[in-house]
Amino acid sequence: MTEVQRLGIVVVGASLAGLRGAEALRDRGYDGPLTLVGDEPHQPYDRPPLSKHVLAGELPPEATVLPQLSRLRARWRLGQPAVALNRERRVLHRADGATLPYAKLLITTGARARTWPGEGADLAGIFTIRTLEDARALWSALACRPNRVIIVGGGLIGCEAASCCRDLGLAVTLVDPNPTPLARLLGTTIGATLAERMRGAGVDFRPKTKVRAFSGEAGQVRRAHLAGGEVLETDLVIVALGATRDTGWLAAAGLAADAGGLTCDGACRAISIAGEPDPDIYAAGDVARWPNPLYGDRPMTVEHWGNAVDQARHAAANMLASASDQIPYRHLPSFWSSQFGLNIKLAGSTEGADALAVVQGTRASQRFLAVYGRAGRTVAALSFDQARWLPAYAEAVAAGASFPPILGATDQPRIEALEPGLPGPRRSPDRGAAALETAHA
Amino acid sequence: MPDETLFAQILDPKNRADPYPLYARMRETPVSRQADGSYLVSTHAALRSLIFDPRLSSEDLPPSRRPATGNPLKDWILNPIRNRVVNTHRPLIFRDPPDHDTLRGFVMKEFTIARVRDAHAKVATLVDALIDKCRGRDTVCLVDDLSYPLPVAVICELLGVPEADERQFHAWATRLATALEPDARHDEAGRREIAATFDVISDYMRRLIREKRRHPADDMLSGLAARGGRGRPVMGDIDLISTAILLLVAGHETTVNLITNGMLTLLRHPDELEKLKADPERAPRVIEEILRYEPPVHFRTRKALGAIAVAGATIPAGSSVVLMLAAGNRDPARFTQPDRFDPDRNDNQHFGFGGGLHYCVGAPLARIEAEIALVTLCRRLVAPRLLDDPPPYRAGASLRGPKNLGITIAGIA
Repeated sequence: MTEVQRLGIVVVGASLAGLRGAEALRDRGYDGPLTLVGDEPHQPYDRPPLSKHVLAGELPPEATVLPQLSRLRARWRLGQPAVALNRERRVLHRADGATLPYAKLLITTGARARTWPGEGADLAGIFTIRTLEDARALWSALACRPNRVIIVGGGLIGCEAASCCRDLGLAVTLVDPNPTPLARLLGTTIGATLAERMRGAGVDFRPKTKVRAFSGEAGQVRRAHLAGGEVLETDLVIVALGATRDTGWLAAAGLAADAGGLTCDGACRAISIAGEPDPDIYAAGDVARWPNPLYGDRPMTVEHWGNAVDQARHAAANMLASASDQIPYRHLPSFWSSQFGLNIKLAGSTEGADALAVVQGTRASQRFLAVYGRAGRTVAALSFDQARWLPAYAEAVAAGASFPPILGATDQPRIEALEPGLPGPRRSPDRGAAALETAHA
Repeated sequence: MPDETLFAQILDPKNRADPYPLYARMRETPVSRQADGSYLVSTHAALRSLIFDPRLSSEDLPPSRRPATGNPLKDWILNPIRNRVVNTHRPLIFRDPPDHDTLRGFVMKEFTIARVRDAHAKVATLVDALIDKCRGRDTVCLVDDLSYPLPVAVICELLGVPEADERQFHAWATRLATALEPDARHDEAGRREIAATFDVISDYMRRLIREKRRHPADDMLSGLAARGGRGRPVMGDIDLISTAILLLVAGHETTVNLITNGMLTLLRHPDELEKLKADPERAPRVIEEILRYEPPVHFRTRKALGAIAVAGATIPAGSSVVLMLAAGNRDPARFTQPDRFDPDRNDNQHFGFGGGLHYCVGAPLARIEAEIALVTLCRRLVAPRLLDDPPPYRAGASLRGPKNLGITIAGIA
């Protein structure tokens, strides 16, 4: 009996990536012991609806449970997070003191919402959106019809939350340090179109400012103090400041892990602090930082749904393959968002983009397709309520087409290169996609 | 050397009953130039890539041309204006963005989930009534008895077209549908006939729309014709008429093939018929497989606005492109054992409803109609057997389906 057959594979992190990875192991014929460890007490559920349909009240939180696509025959260890990893002894320590041996490990611990780091953090009425509990708590609080909701951070989650709150007829103020929403992700040129749409929907959008502190009465948040001195009355705050990678439990494991992610090689194997890949430990999803061949092997983390699925399946395949048969993981990042009656999709990465062009439709109609260029190549394609053509442009991005990529399209305006208005290089470049969400504090 | 006559052979009526061997030959060259300068696209991968390509335009209908009348006022002033109007207000399947999107938006707003759901009960009642009429006979003529009258009644009700008028436009619908058939479309006499029919049916629609505005009812046409409130864009009358005609024609000419092809396939695979009879829950799988295996629409044409590189070939700008959807549905590179009718296959990404921007608007309705019709036929026809195999086919190579389907029965349950 091999080591893998005896001790089995342990998947740490029982959300989308963990589930799809476990399924892929079974689909590829792995029939040894399989254990899924999760810190939340729930069966794996889908997070994107939490800031959309669940928040809007269109979908009960329980309905987000993910379908299981294959028979897992797994042992579930839910509600007890992993707290430490001992690679020498090949055991995982859980919060309840139990240890779990493993032959191979798949790390899919994901990320957690960054909480309010400033003054007033202990007040009631301040929410984040990441887990089912978050969504339930926020939903009941919204049902009490707060007089004004303040949202801190104009990233994807902040914008989606603002849209849902407006749909519920609530007064909303969105505070963001950038000139427009989604500025770090899409740049201020596209951001300006979204700002227009957002204001049209009745959101009080406050750009270029920060919340300095929250204060309250009887333990309940009542006021937001802006950096400029202005004080806004509020009784519900949503903090949407992005996420931090869940790597704290790996602190003593001797792996190259920090708040920006767990560093992996191209095959998704975790790298030790000595710089060597651990042949038995793989990572996938939000937590994994790997050199993406599509971007010149630049280390990146991709915090989007599609990557969680694809990378977990890829890592699972490599886990079952021999050491000489490890296939590098290539991924074209993509995400979608629904807000203010718009469907926004991006394929590729806008990081470092130096040009932007609308290639179909017009910005004035708020329905268009735009491409981002970097040094003469097309690096990303954005559909703004115009998703049907996106696959053609996504193919062009993946193929590294020149900028702009597709000429002679229907509904094509005269193509002008615009300034995308993306922020300059980040302070710590290896943080990858982490900083895509607005960093506030 | 790729065969440059394959498309001509597809159009040849003698290949109507079984075009699939031709499709297999076609796929050997995924993008192949034909003698007439058009490009045939036949593999699943190439079709998938082109169906999302914004350089392929749907505005490929030849300009409308009305016959000379000898009356100079008509020939030199009126008809050119009418031709121009028709050319600029084509139905949305022949339009590109942004106009296409605007028009489709109007239609989708009326093609609501509630309307489609309500159609469910109506379809079930209709199917039973139509089958009841066959009592006492030993043969069912499926097209005349069910496949044709069912979708027509459903689309008339949904649109709000009086069913009594149906006789009148049955022939018009058939003639207009030939706009999808390349031979009729490029034939001078065919084009004139299409233009003349369009005028007649337009007059009918104009009157009906006026009536709907005067007495709005809870139907799609009333909704589409409604005067918008503050600032809401209203559909222009000419676009409204061409949209109404499109929905009516599509309702007449496509679902009929889905139901008939479906029953033909089930009768050729009696074990699958029995399985569906025993387990009506299988219906969605059966319908999806019919849409792959014997789709109601076999190809659509487009025009390349720019040069397009695909599957190792380059389609030059300006070319006519034929998307052989039914050939992609049988591509062994995408489907295992593609020529096997297998409702149990997974990941059945067929082109039965097209794809991309022009994906069939009526797909949810067609699925409901086919599902109820086939399940009920399997349940109620006792010992059904095909009378002729293959059955006689309608003329169209694109809208392909039997002209009629004789089924002998031992009774009606």
